[in-house]
Amino acid sequence: MSAPAAIRIRSVSKHYGALRALHELSLDVMPGEFFGLLGPNGAGKTTLISVMAGLARPTSGSIEIMGHDVGSDYRRARRQLGVVPQELVFDPFFTVRELLRIQSGYFGLARNDAWIDEILGHLDLLPKADANMRALSGGMKRRVLVAQALVHRPPVIVLDEPTAGVDVELRHGLWQFIRKLNRDGHTIVLTTHYLEEAQALCGRIAMLKNGRIVALDSTKALLRRFATHSLRLRLSNPDVGVALGGVAEDEGGWLVFGFDAMADVETLLRRLREAGAGVEEMTLGEPELEQVFMELMQHA
Amino acid sequence: MREHGASGWVGFRTLLYKEIWRFWKVSFQTVGAPVLNALLFLLIFSHVLDRHVTVYGDIAYTTFLVPGLVMMSLLQNAFANSSSSLIQSKITGNIIFVLLPPISHREFYAAYVVASVVRGLFVGLGVWLVSLPFIDLPMVRPLWVLVFAVLGGAILGSMGVIAGIWAEKFDQLSAFQNFLIMPLTMLSGVFYSIHSLPPLWQDVSHVNPFFFMIDGFRYGFFGQSDVSPWLSLGVVSVCFMLLAAVTLAMLVRGYKLRG
Repeated sequence: MSAPAAIRIRSVSKHYGALRALHELSLDVMPGEFFGLLGPNGAGKTTLISVMAGLARPTSGSIEIMGHDVGSDYRRARRQLGVVPQELVFDPFFTVRELLRIQSGYFGLARNDAWIDEILGHLDLLPKADANMRALSGGMKRRVLVAQALVHRPPVIVLDEPTAGVDVELRHGLWQFIRKLNRDGHTIVLTTHYLEEAQALCGRIAMLKNGRIVALDSTKALLRRFATHSLRLRLSNPDVGVALGGVAEDEGGWLVFGFDAMADVETLLRRLREAGAGVEEMTLGEPELEQVFMELMQHA
Repeated sequence: MREHGASGWVGFRTLLYKEIWRFWKVSFQTVGAPVLNALLFLLIFSHVLDRHVTVYGDIAYTTFLVPGLVMMSLLQNAFANSSSSLIQSKITGNIIFVLLPPISHREFYAAYVVASVVRGLFVGLGVWLVSLPFIDLPMVRPLWVLVFAVLGGAILGSMGVIAGIWAEKFDQLSAFQNFLIMPLTMLSGVFYSIHSLPPLWQDVSHVNPFFFMIDGFRYGFFGQSDVSPWLSLGVVSVCFMLLAAVTLAMLVRGYKLRG
């Protein structure tokens, strides 16, 4: 028998009056996965997370977290889930450590200081542990949000655009930590507008548009199906390259050729050679998730 | 099954503790200021009226006034505690930290209401203490005092939860406070015995539940009241149960909290 899904979503719809924010959505996220939830603004990502977390109620359908229904068995379901919200929200009355102790208590953990110290250490927050939240920078506040989501050691962690507006250094630090959590067995669900991040981190991706799933597959399969390799060339005779399908970049005299399989590169180079166009410079581009995203959002 | 030693009562206790801690961190504003306000009322009214008015036969006006002031301050601050905490959390967005954990509707309700009662009792105790140097105030039925203080605080705490959930901006909360809570409190017999009113206004007072809270509370001090303390206890208990039912129904539905 296969392991139960970490997140099981079945035919979930969420309507706000005439607006269908989610429509008959179904998917499973398996334990230990690093799962990406992508889509343009208004696609329904945050609504789906809200329904998973019990912050919103589905119009129809059901969601289970580690086998516990978020409606009928909400206490157990919520203990399994840690959510890092998109907005930079905090309680201005308390220090970082006080907030984490309070959050632990909400989840039924009265004595949790050892784990709190560990999280603070991992997120480089120990020097700020006794600082009031108002005194922290935006990046520090973002780290505290992550710490609050982890304080009850949830097996499933949902990060709703955790790196929005975060500087490069902090972003890398955060991803190292999230990767470590994933290696330790936590299931991670990530929404982000940084597609290169999703490509580098997520093993599987669902793309949402207008509240529906328009693609659901492994990242590799999506790249194979929808994205192409690209070859950038600077030629001694650019006109030949244009005649063979190359697209001229605005600056630098580069031509870009797209192709589906590496074998096509050989064919292209042979035809250029035969036409008398010498290759002066060459770079090879990997398929990018951004291409997949654009393709699906325009045509799905 | 409980994970990582999680305990069911800890969530409620923590939310209660946090709500008490929150107002205690700004106690100058949440306890000190209302006590000072009540003291100013006391000084002004006692100076103007003490020699001219007696109540229940031979009770000096200032002595009569103090239990009313104690209860008025208690009620207003019980309302302020839950309502301001909820609206601030909603507007700043940090309400999410209370909505994500496995805290039940009853625990949520009880934590906010008990914290409101605690703040109300702190303020009420403060007003009573600062009045002691000025008057000799008896307390012939302390249990009645305590029962009405707790029930009154719980009623206003519940109203604060309702207002805090319903209001979407401070302006709406202020309207709730100024156009409902304040008139009901001021017209409830805080400053007078309703026997001094014309018959029509006596009848109007009898449909104001705040009157029964204050009259029953005052009975605990003097052993005398405008209406039977048992009637007051009945009215106040029914009011509390109705408000608790309404608030819990709102929480179960997730009204304006869980979209």
